[in-house]
Amino acid sequence: MSGPIKIVTEAAQSFSFSRRATMLGFMQAGVGVLLASRMAWIAVAENERYELLAESNRVNLTLLPPRRGWIVDRAGTPIANNRTDFRIDLIPERLTDAEATLGKLSQLLALDAEALDRIRRDLQNARGFTPVPVAENLDWDRYASVVVRQPELPGVAPTQGYARNYPSGAAVAHLVGYVGGATSDQYKETKDPLFLTPGFKLGKDGLEKALESTLRGAPGAKRVEVTARGRPVRDLETRRDVPGKTVRLTIDAGLQEYAARRLGNESGTVVVIDTLDGSILTMASMPAYDPNSFSDGISQIEWGMMSSDDHLPLTNKALQGLYPPGSTFKPATALAALRSGIDPDRTVYCGGGYQLGNRFFRCLGRHGSVNLHRAIARSCNTYFYTMGREVGMDAVAAAARELGLGAEYPLPFPSQRYGTIPDPAWKLRKYDQKWTPSDTLNASIGQGYILTSPLQLAVQTSRIASGRRLMPRILADAPIVAPMLDVPPERMGLIRSGMDEVVNGAGTAVRSRLQLDGIRMGGKTGTAQVRRIAGGARGGMNVPWKYRDHGLFIGFAPVEQPRYAVSVVIEHGMSGSGAAAPVARDVLTYLFDRQRALDSLAVLEENWGGDIRARMAVKADAYRAARANPAPVDPATDTATPPSGNTE
Amino acid sequence: MRLGELVPAPVARLPWGVLLLLTAIGGFGTVVLFSAAGGSVTPWASSQALRFCIFMGMAITLSWVPARIWAAIALPGYAITLAALFGVEMLGAVRGGSQRWLELGPIRIQPSEFMKPFIVLAVAKFYDMLPPNETRKFGAIWPAAILIGLPAGLVMLQPDLGTALMITGGGVVVMFLAGIPLRLFIGGALGLALFIPLAVNYLLHDYQRNRVLIFLNPENDPLGTGYHISQSKIAIGSGGLFGKGFGNGSQVHLDYLPEGHTDFVFATMAEEWGMVGGLLLILAFMLLIRWGMNVAHRAPDRFSRLAAAGLATTIFYYVAINLMMVMGLAPVVGIPLPLVSFGGSAQMTTLICVGILMSINRASTRQPSW
Repeated sequence: MSGPIKIVTEAAQSFSFSRRATMLGFMQAGVGVLLASRMAWIAVAENERYELLAESNRVNLTLLPPRRGWIVDRAGTPIANNRTDFRIDLIPERLTDAEATLGKLSQLLALDAEALDRIRRDLQNARGFTPVPVAENLDWDRYASVVVRQPELPGVAPTQGYARNYPSGAAVAHLVGYVGGATSDQYKETKDPLFLTPGFKLGKDGLEKALESTLRGAPGAKRVEVTARGRPVRDLETRRDVPGKTVRLTIDAGLQEYAARRLGNESGTVVVIDTLDGSILTMASMPAYDPNSFSDGISQIEWGMMSSDDHLPLTNKALQGLYPPGSTFKPATALAALRSGIDPDRTVYCGGGYQLGNRFFRCLGRHGSVNLHRAIARSCNTYFYTMGREVGMDAVAAAARELGLGAEYPLPFPSQRYGTIPDPAWKLRKYDQKWTPSDTLNASIGQGYILTSPLQLAVQTSRIASGRRLMPRILADAPIVAPMLDVPPERMGLIRSGMDEVVNGAGTAVRSRLQLDGIRMGGKTGTAQVRRIAGGARGGMNVPWKYRDHGLFIGFAPVEQPRYAVSVVIEHGMSGSGAAAPVARDVLTYLFDRQRALDSLAVLEENWGGDIRARMAVKADAYRAARANPAPVDPATDTATPPSGNTE
Repeated sequence: MRLGELVPAPVARLPWGVLLLLTAIGGFGTVVLFSAAGGSVTPWASSQALRFCIFMGMAITLSWVPARIWAAIALPGYAITLAALFGVEMLGAVRGGSQRWLELGPIRIQPSEFMKPFIVLAVAKFYDMLPPNETRKFGAIWPAAILIGLPAGLVMLQPDLGTALMITGGGVVVMFLAGIPLRLFIGGALGLALFIPLAVNYLLHDYQRNRVLIFLNPENDPLGTGYHISQSKIAIGSGGLFGKGFGNGSQVHLDYLPEGHTDFVFATMAEEWGMVGGLLLILAFMLLIRWGMNVAHRAPDRFSRLAAAGLATTIFYYVAINLMMVMGLAPVVGIPLPLVSFGGSAQMTTLICVGILMSINRASTRQPSW
């Protein structure tokens, strides 16, 4: 304190006090005004914002997963519908003693160790109020046993919901796909709280995935007043869900199931197309998984069994399987010849093969002098080698594309493969090599670079049968596309009459003639080489299953006025006539005489060991048993003996 | 004095206006606590009301104590309270934790509460004793600084930041009124501005530092310390102009607002009574404090003047710090709203202050002040 010290008197002091006390009073009043303004600001200006916050505190919004739209067949029969599902979830935030609760639950629900592990893992990764599923698809007794004990099980939330149901199980697995819970990645992508709602399932494959937006519907909501600790106080209001839309398919559910059953223990596909409008009536790929059990989330064991199976039950072979079409391609080569102005009556002499330079391309026999009709009926390679060379690969490829091979179809499936129809430009692009005459010869009989899917083979057949450029359709409300093909109808008739002869005359598939009065099936067999066997041996009985030739068949019926086109592919079925044609015959029989077809199937299934469900159960049990006590594997026999699938 | 014709003079001479104001505040507080308990007099409303009556009786009793007695016991009372603070500090050190209470048999005494009025009385007494012409010398400062620093430091060690602030504030305001040069306060304020960041970093406990940091940005920690401030603002803001109605506050009834019956009782009140209720309560407190300041203005001697203004300011600190805290203008330091928050300590301290103020008021005037 510097400067001259002021003399402070009592009077001055008193004056100083009043001045300072007044100043203090004003400061206090100022703070009072500040507090009052702050109060007014929060309560009035920011009222709306804080009201919302208070409301979101108070109200806990629980989404109710929407009921998924049905998938029905052309007649309205459900292929996928919903059934009531009783499920139990855990709310991590409300758990007091996780282990004790899990212990009680595992008793009540008979949870196995694998399930408990999964729940513990989920609990560790779970955040707050995100429910962890414990068990789904419970029967009423199990469910009720938890509900009555709910008061002593804090954090356990039993709910009634809907689960996807596929009445014909594995028969439609690849067609419709399956549903499953959303992954955390999917949630992160969309930030849709519905994805975290227990019981919500979305399409994972097949039509379920492709038609997700139509099938999903809009979720309902339940508003509950809750305390800060999440205890519900009372229900406010509930908004119903809006169920997803029903999707009607062109599929014939009965035919689909029949086809799947008829494939038996084979690994194969059946596709049937209505030749009037391109409707896909069936698209079966077997073996398959049971989409019902996939929806609940499958176990490691099931997954292991599926993914190690060489019959590929996880692959939709009708869309994703690519096969050399073999002789089923010959009608395309024939079409190329006809389109290039070759006289159908012209004969080619078949002496057992075709000489190209110093290479001899073999035929399956010595057919003598063959015209187009006989060449198709007898499947004479020599004739088609000759025609292929004569018209050139570009013409063959154009004809194949005209028939729909190698094409993309506007179908609602998440993954299709389109195969290859090669031509010189393609080979140059792909391999940077020139197209050679021997490439043409191979392609002319459906070998070499050509790859087609079973669906494409069926489309090809439907176009041969109808003479129209039919587009396959699977949604009942999809447009019908069927302009005329660039082929005179009577010429296409020549190809059909050759195919009639295949089945009903002196052809390769006479044993698979329809056993129906007045209805004939035309067709073409094919046997596609899987790999070149040393010594010229065909891939027959004497080689391991996976090296055997594929058996193919395409067909249509009735011959005079084709209505249905079919393609059957039996993987490693050794021959089209032996493995594929009988299946096509029975499937078409089903369309004309349901009872006769079912009767013949009953006999077959008895030999195979029951229907699909029964055989899958036996197989799963055997797999489990084998894993439980693995038998010593003899490395020598392991590779030499064919796997069980084909011989059962 | 028509009232004097009907009632005995000692009763008539009570400052009825102030007593009515206090009763209104205390009664309103009891109503709020009734609602906070979900419409039940237990556990808070009934015991709060009972305590209020006891402390009101005590305040009236104190008002009859002659004002000069306060001057006489100011320093001894201060010394005893300081010794008690030492006592709790020692006990706390022995027990290895924080300790705020002195347990004497069944009674729990919180000495820091008593220090709030006694620091005012002691500093006022010091400046009363100081010859007027010494006021602007250094000798007028350091003894007061020690008087304030010792208890404030001890309370900081407890640790109780809010009470330490109030003790310091009570002492400093008396120094200000005593005529210590203004530039010291301005300089002190600047010094404080520099000192606070250091104090936050080095002197405060972790939880106290967190409260300060979270206060600056409550959204950073919505579920931790910031939760109190956020939920309090939600309660006040969602009340709007007229409130959600008595018993309808969802924030407190669904437990979103922590300590809705103690430090954050104002938010509980504002949610149900709205801005109208809040402004009325603020107005009531401001009237009470203005009455206290008026008592100081009228007080006959220097000690009474300083003491009265200091005590009024102590009540002001309670209200101002608590309201700034619940409205998100200050960090959460644990200062209750007197007469409304559940709990006896603040109620008692406030009514002791009011009792002494009434006693000084009685000495300064022959008529009832209002």
